[in-house]
Amino acid sequence: MKHLAVLAVLLAPVPALADIDPANWDAVTSEAEGQTVFWNAWGGSTTTNDFLAWVGDRVMEDYGVTLEHVKLTDTADAVTRVLSEKQAGEDDDGAIDMIWINGANFAAMKDADLLFGPYAEQLPNWAFVDVEGKTVQTDFTVPTDGFESPWAMAQVVFVHDTADMPDRLGSMQALLEWTQANPGRFSYPQPPDFLGTTFLKQVLVDILPDPSVLADPATDENYDEVTAPLWTYLDELTPNLWREGKAYPPTGTAMFPLIADGELDLSISFSPSAASTAIANNELPPTVRTFVLDKGTIGNASFVAIPYNSGSKAGAMVVANFLMSPEAQARAQDPAILGYGTVLNMDALSDNDRALFEALELGVATLSPAELGTVQDEPHPSWATRIADDWMIRYGVSE
Amino acid sequence: MNRRRFLPLLPILTLLAMLGPVAAGLWGTLLPAFGHLPAAGLTGPSLAPFRDLFDWAGLPRAMFLSISTGLLATSISLAIVMLVTAGWSGTKPFRALERLLSPLLSVPHAAAAFGLAFLIAPSGWISRLLSPGVTGWDRPPDLLIVQDTWGLTMTAGLIVKEVPFLLLITLAALGQADAQRSVAISQALGYGRVTGWLKTVFPRVYAQIRPPIYVVLAYSMSVVDVAVILGPNTPPSLSVQIVKWMSDPDLAMRLEAAAGALLQLGLVIGALVFWRFGEYVVARLGARWIASGARGKADGVVAVGALIAGTLCALSVLLGLVVLTIWSFAGFWGFPDAFPDAFTWRNWMRFGPGTLDALGETALIAVTVALAALILTIGCLEAEYRYGLSFSQRAVWLLYLPLLIPQTAFLPGLQTLMLSLGADVGRIPVILAHLVFVLPYVFLSLADPFRAWDTRMGTIAAALRASPNGVLWRVRLPMLLRPILTALAVGLAVSVGQYLATLLIGGGRVATLTTEAVALASGGDRRAIGVYGLMQTGAALVPFALALLIPAVVWRNRKGLRHG
Repeated sequence: MKHLAVLAVLLAPVPALADIDPANWDAVTSEAEGQTVFWNAWGGSTTTNDFLAWVGDRVMEDYGVTLEHVKLTDTADAVTRVLSEKQAGEDDDGAIDMIWINGANFAAMKDADLLFGPYAEQLPNWAFVDVEGKTVQTDFTVPTDGFESPWAMAQVVFVHDTADMPDRLGSMQALLEWTQANPGRFSYPQPPDFLGTTFLKQVLVDILPDPSVLADPATDENYDEVTAPLWTYLDELTPNLWREGKAYPPTGTAMFPLIADGELDLSISFSPSAASTAIANNELPPTVRTFVLDKGTIGNASFVAIPYNSGSKAGAMVVANFLMSPEAQARAQDPAILGYGTVLNMDALSDNDRALFEALELGVATLSPAELGTVQDEPHPSWATRIADDWMIRYGVSE
Repeated sequence: MNRRRFLPLLPILTLLAMLGPVAAGLWGTLLPAFGHLPAAGLTGPSLAPFRDLFDWAGLPRAMFLSISTGLLATSISLAIVMLVTAGWSGTKPFRALERLLSPLLSVPHAAAAFGLAFLIAPSGWISRLLSPGVTGWDRPPDLLIVQDTWGLTMTAGLIVKEVPFLLLITLAALGQADAQRSVAISQALGYGRVTGWLKTVFPRVYAQIRPPIYVVLAYSMSVVDVAVILGPNTPPSLSVQIVKWMSDPDLAMRLEAAAGALLQLGLVIGALVFWRFGEYVVARLGARWIASGARGKADGVVAVGALIAGTLCALSVLLGLVVLTIWSFAGFWGFPDAFPDAFTWRNWMRFGPGTLDALGETALIAVTVALAALILTIGCLEAEYRYGLSFSQRAVWLLYLPLLIPQTAFLPGLQTLMLSLGADVGRIPVILAHLVFVLPYVFLSLADPFRAWDTRMGTIAAALRASPNGVLWRVRLPMLLRPILTALAVGLAVSVGQYLATLLIGGGRVATLTTEAVALASGGDRRAIGVYGLMQTGAALVPFALALLIPAVVWRNRKGLRHG
């Protein structure tokens, strides 16, 4: 990552908006018909894969757009790909038409002029999006400026099996003390995994007396001092982790089987209803519940972005717009399907559309919006990047 | 007449298809390793990539893992195969083991690795079967078995797959080693079965199977898919780390990846040299051992131990497939239940359609590659027969070259090179990349039966006015139906199992059963892994079944042709 800034300078800027006007929706839909959209999205969760396949069926039905889900193990792969294509001068029809993207990767791609846009706020369904109540116009404190469109809300929850661990924990300090009393029963995904890095941020946000310093980019001056309590915390935590921290689960979903088998009592998830969905799919025992910390937990929106060199921008915008439709949002929120939080504003919807959401059974392990409590802001991505890099040096190559 | 001019070119074309991508890939690795990547605005030469590489704190352990995995997996699987053959060849248990191991050769590495993980993990099937009765566990113990720091589970995953491979190679070599008579004479002189075999037959067999052993060593040192599933992650082995660097959004990390790839190549070359040196030492010690005249008191124990080890290898793959099957049908399956609460079609309904898409892609690539390899191979062998254009003994090593150069050394370079040339990724480049790995196996599989064909048949046919092409198409190929189908099945299985070539050269656009299955590893959904692992195994196994079945049906009234 340290060379990324240098690299951004080396890249000649190209005009981001080439051919199509997102505001002219009729032109977009007619151009989209017959296009194939290669959506690069993390492929490790089978429920997400199923949902993406359904989206593909629906956009084919309504708009004649073919959606291909390119299953990634790491979103960074897609970023690399677009970057390499730009170097190779492939500016018109790259391999990727749409990316499910997160903060650091979005910031990197936006900086390097690798994205198409602005388009998000011109999409017809943008009118339903909850701009006031949800963090849909910033991504890890970086303004989205319409270069990515939101499609799901996520918030950190802790997943515990009440059969082995009846009570919730109120703070990260309480979690540390609990692991000392119950060694080997907690783990988090190995950073730089998205959820693993989020856990590190959650620790920092919770144990800092004043986390507001995290809203600004990390500097060489303040980084060591601000993160010192985090490393002290982890040094104490690691010996009592699952496998004594010599191995980590690769992803969040990989921790579900560990809970189901009774290897873990406690883990972390970025989807408030993933536990309910997993119970429905036999992946977790029915005794599992979720909780959030007293001070609240980190939350953010999931976005999709369109690379500057996509050959099917119209098709990609059709898919992005469909993802924000009440139909897709209600299906995504259904815990039996996916259980992702919606980005829509219930008050902006028609009565019929609102009824779709009201009819949903949120599931036994899902907290209500009120119980989810305060959503804490994501730190600026520069913190996540440096913390993940440092984690790898301190714990990722330890043995 | 056209064919006459074309046929002599085929051996050259074949070598080009096999070695061209390797050479290009190494070139594409070499330049960025020394800081030269004009596409990213970086010009060399510079030693910075190597400085960055050596600054990485995980490097010593990653290098150690590569070396230890390679040497351990190769020497242990070689020892098992040699001792089993020494102690039991020609007996009933040996034939049973052989029958058990042969089909396992085609089980893809990834599926075997998943099966092993599902067996021996603290929450695996073995632990479930023994708990709580034998072990007293009502929850899985907190033991680091899968992804262990020393890479022992990864090594075991390689051994169970290399034992069937080396056993089949050894069986082929035995025929030319005059084993039976040697063992009979040594036994008449009072030597034990194992000792007599090791002292008389082993040197001759080893000389023949040396190239495949080197292939096993190079492969085990640089394997990626097995390491992703079973290997450690704090840090991973060098090859896995190279693939991680290749996918970093920071292009500068590609330079570090290229430097790592060269280091991986160096490690493999170093290990091969070390192994060669070890051969001298073993030969010296062996000569002294032979001269000592020891008859082998412990032979019985050694033979039984080897048979148990060989059977364990076969059982772990087979039971692994069984547990994959159970998971693919499992409802909720808590620990320590020996079986799931309920069996359900739900998992197959959910993942079946996805596997069919991947199966289509896998089959399209595998069939194209295997047919191309078969045509090139038959062309080469026919050119050899008609014009005497044969590979010399030394040139045979060229066949093994693509298998000896670690995949992680040239595939990343090939991807970078293709990008800078503006070549598109996708199915066709993947097919060409697969051909590099498929061709040697198809050639090695078909060459011996093709050459062993009784040429007097050709003379008779020619006397009946058949043209050279007529002899080939109407006599030789039909008679060789069974070995040809077997070679085709080998080619299909090799292509089905390719992970890194599909992932890197396909640029993520080409989704085969193998890439999908390995991608699922990070998600940890055991039911999905069960479904994909079984489909992947089926894709590799069915062609072998057909290769047995078709000749039996076609030649049902030609007894002499049924067994090739």
